[in-house]
Amino acid sequence: MAEEREPPPLPGVPEPQDAEDLFVSAASAMEDAERSLSPEDISSSSNGPKAEPMLLDHDPDDLFAEATEEVSLDSPERQMILSDGPSPAITPVTINPRADVFDRSPDQDEDEEENRDTFDIQISVSDPEKVGDGMNAYMAYKVTTKTSLSIFSRDEVCVKRRFSDFLGLHSKLASKYMHIGYIVPPAPEKSIVGQRLGRRSSAVTELDPDAKACLCCRYLLRTVKQPALLKDPDVLQFLESSELPRAVSTQALSGAGILRMVNKAADAVNKMTIKMNESDAWFEEKQQQFENLDVQLRKLHASVESLVFHRKELSVNTASFAKSAAMLGNSEDHTALSRALSQLAEVEEKIDQLHQDQACADFYLISELLGDYVRLITAVKGVFDQRMKTWAKCQDAQVMLQRKREAEAKLQHANKPDKLQQAKDEIREWEGKVQQGERDFEQISKNIRREVGRFEKDRVKDFRVVIIKYLESLVHTQQQLIKYWEAFLPEAKAIA
Amino acid sequence: MTEGSSAEAELSVRVSSIRITDVTQDGDVLTFAIASQKLNSSAGVCVFRTYEDFDWLQQSLFSQENLPGLHGIIFPPLPSKALPSQSNTQTKALKQLGFLALGQAWQSYSKALEFYLQQVATHPTLCKCNALDSFLINSESPGRQRGRKGIFNRLSQAVEEMRKESHKDVDNFFQNERIKNTNLAALSKVATEKLLDVVMTEQKLALACGHFSTSLHLCVNQDDAAAVAFSKVCLKLSDIIEAVKRNFEKAGSSNLSTLGLGLDLESRYQEAEKEMLFRRTCKLIELETVKKSTEKAKANKREVMEAFQKAVEKEFSLISSVAKQEIERFHSSRVNVLKNFLIGWCEQQLNTAKEFAELYSQHLEACRNMYTE
Repeated sequence: MAEEREPPPLPGVPEPQDAEDLFVSAASAMEDAERSLSPEDISSSSNGPKAEPMLLDHDPDDLFAEATEEVSLDSPERQMILSDGPSPAITPVTINPRADVFDRSPDQDEDEEENRDTFDIQISVSDPEKVGDGMNAYMAYKVTTKTSLSIFSRDEVCVKRRFSDFLGLHSKLASKYMHIGYIVPPAPEKSIVGQRLGRRSSAVTELDPDAKACLCCRYLLRTVKQPALLKDPDVLQFLESSELPRAVSTQALSGAGILRMVNKAADAVNKMTIKMNESDAWFEEKQQQFENLDVQLRKLHASVESLVFHRKELSVNTASFAKSAAMLGNSEDHTALSRALSQLAEVEEKIDQLHQDQACADFYLISELLGDYVRLITAVKGVFDQRMKTWAKCQDAQVMLQRKREAEAKLQHANKPDKLQQAKDEIREWEGKVQQGERDFEQISKNIRREVGRFEKDRVKDFRVVIIKYLESLVHTQQQLIKYWEAFLPEAKAIA
Repeated sequence: MTEGSSAEAELSVRVSSIRITDVTQDGDVLTFAIASQKLNSSAGVCVFRTYEDFDWLQQSLFSQENLPGLHGIIFPPLPSKALPSQSNTQTKALKQLGFLALGQAWQSYSKALEFYLQQVATHPTLCKCNALDSFLINSESPGRQRGRKGIFNRLSQAVEEMRKESHKDVDNFFQNERIKNTNLAALSKVATEKLLDVVMTEQKLALACGHFSTSLHLCVNQDDAAAVAFSKVCLKLSDIIEAVKRNFEKAGSSNLSTLGLGLDLESRYQEAEKEMLFRRTCKLIELETVKKSTEKAKANKREVMEAFQKAVEKEFSLISSVAKQEIERFHSSRVNVLKNFLIGWCEQQLNTAKEFAELYSQHLEACRNMYTE
């Protein structure tokens, strides 16, 4: 029979209390906590025995701050191509790949379950600079937060963070919130295992600092968009405090890293063995939808990568042509023709710059958006898996309870009074666990429903924002082209 | 019809009316419909010709007899033969024909052939060749008769030829012209190739946009309200990317049909000039060789040699004078040709930019309105 699974403790994270104590303390806390019953959240076909559904507005911080669950890192398989050997390095020029692109303007619509005030917070991640040297060198980023929200101590805060700090934040948030059904934004990636177009081998490409800064910025913005996460003390500490304890468990080859891999492997095996009786059609449908969405998004992402690649190629070719036209102009005897050819070369150089800028827009707007969503879907799927796990836990508890009852019955006949008492205690204990399990399951199901609803809304919003920005970049490019051609035309006409 | 006749004949059609109006493909063979207007009447003429007929025309021009200084003429360059068979992949076609392989339904290729005919017809000497007239108006094709293959084969790359090519000239004018021509021929060839790379990449981009747009279109899902909203967004993006695709197609096609053709023509014309200058240089070498032989000749042979030398001298000076005229004519006409191509290119690109600026702005306006409700 499956034991109650408890992952081994991770170094750097506080020692977990004994699981049973956890439930006991949680149970007592819940009795004191506010109880509210909202009819729409009671799923008529809940899994497990029909215990009285108890839905609580709990504050996750109090109950689960000390819980340990494995931290799920996103799978390293990606199909992102960021830099290709022969093409020159593209530095984002006119498009500012920072918060401006993903500025979250005040949220107008209301979520029926969350009364949000105007969501007014701006975050930017900028100025990557190298700190230290040699083996201990790292990149530090400036994280600026501007907000009028009251939970922040100041209107504007500026702190320095390094990349592992972001990973550490994600690690903490995931351990706190994933298992109760919150979609925690996936951690930014240090490097990408990418597939080079046209070649089957994959290569690990280190992201350039600007792309990383952008990635981290989007990560933070997504995190604070979640009302629960925004209030989280770890998030607040991350954004505000000048000193942050170094996150050690994020190092790839550390003991924690290896433990994580082990947990992931165990997880994969467990996923295969858990067969859940899904009696709620909503979850089944949604899971299927997300599977489909995952496939579609990955395909889209690959398409955009191809677009970015070819645009960079176009930029290279345009520059090459510009050079050859310049040389032709230099060798030309006829003055007016020579001048026109030199002008042609200049126009082509400017067009090359436009191509580079447009490639940036393609990348930073569309490609990164799709990449983010591919990763987000992984987090969403993770949350569905957590629900399955919770259900399994509940099932296991029921099995144990049954066993204890059977044992007690046997003892009754055997007439061993001292052992009988122990058996009765154990039964009570497991009854409690079963109840807790059912409550957990209800809670996580409720949370997931809400989270998915929020995710779907945000998804539409995000894409709309990107479309508008992209169109703006397209319009800008064409207007520049018009300027260049209008300037060139008289030169061409002036050739005697 | 007599070929290679040197009778002073006038072209019987209006030069400016010569057009290739259609091209049909039957297996491996391309047939071109050539239309022109008769000079004396308003009647139009239409004939059908294949590449072999064009080649026959070119050979006829090369092998005209009794035309003094024929070797000094810069012959309008005829494009290479197109091989439209299925086994001929695009890369092979591109290598062989460059820009002329692109475009739909052999448009660029036909245009290049049309230029060729117009250039022959406007050449003060060549337009008088009978072959041209027959080519343009005889309903029967000149047939597969091979004219005497003149001595004007394409410049071979044999080492000896290279040595001849760099032979020092006796005339400064020609020495300079040869240097400039070598330079320009090389540079314009490179520029043509680079522009071709640009156009090919534009085609690839259009294709990539097409794929992306289609993938977006497939994301439609009507399961619930949230899915519908997302689907709408995807469709919008799909439309935008489709517009970007058309943008690339238009820009690429403008590049091809104006500047591409222009550079291709310039590059081939520089080669034609090169061939003429080479012929002259060969004659020069011949003359110098004859002179040396004459000096060394024994008394009994001297008179013959001197007569021979005089003949060669005369040929050489005729070639040189025709060449000089040709060079001047070439210089002025190529500037005009390039000017027209550059203007056409700029205007087309400008129009494309304006059209798509408008289109993108409309999309932007629509999106802004839709999304802020």
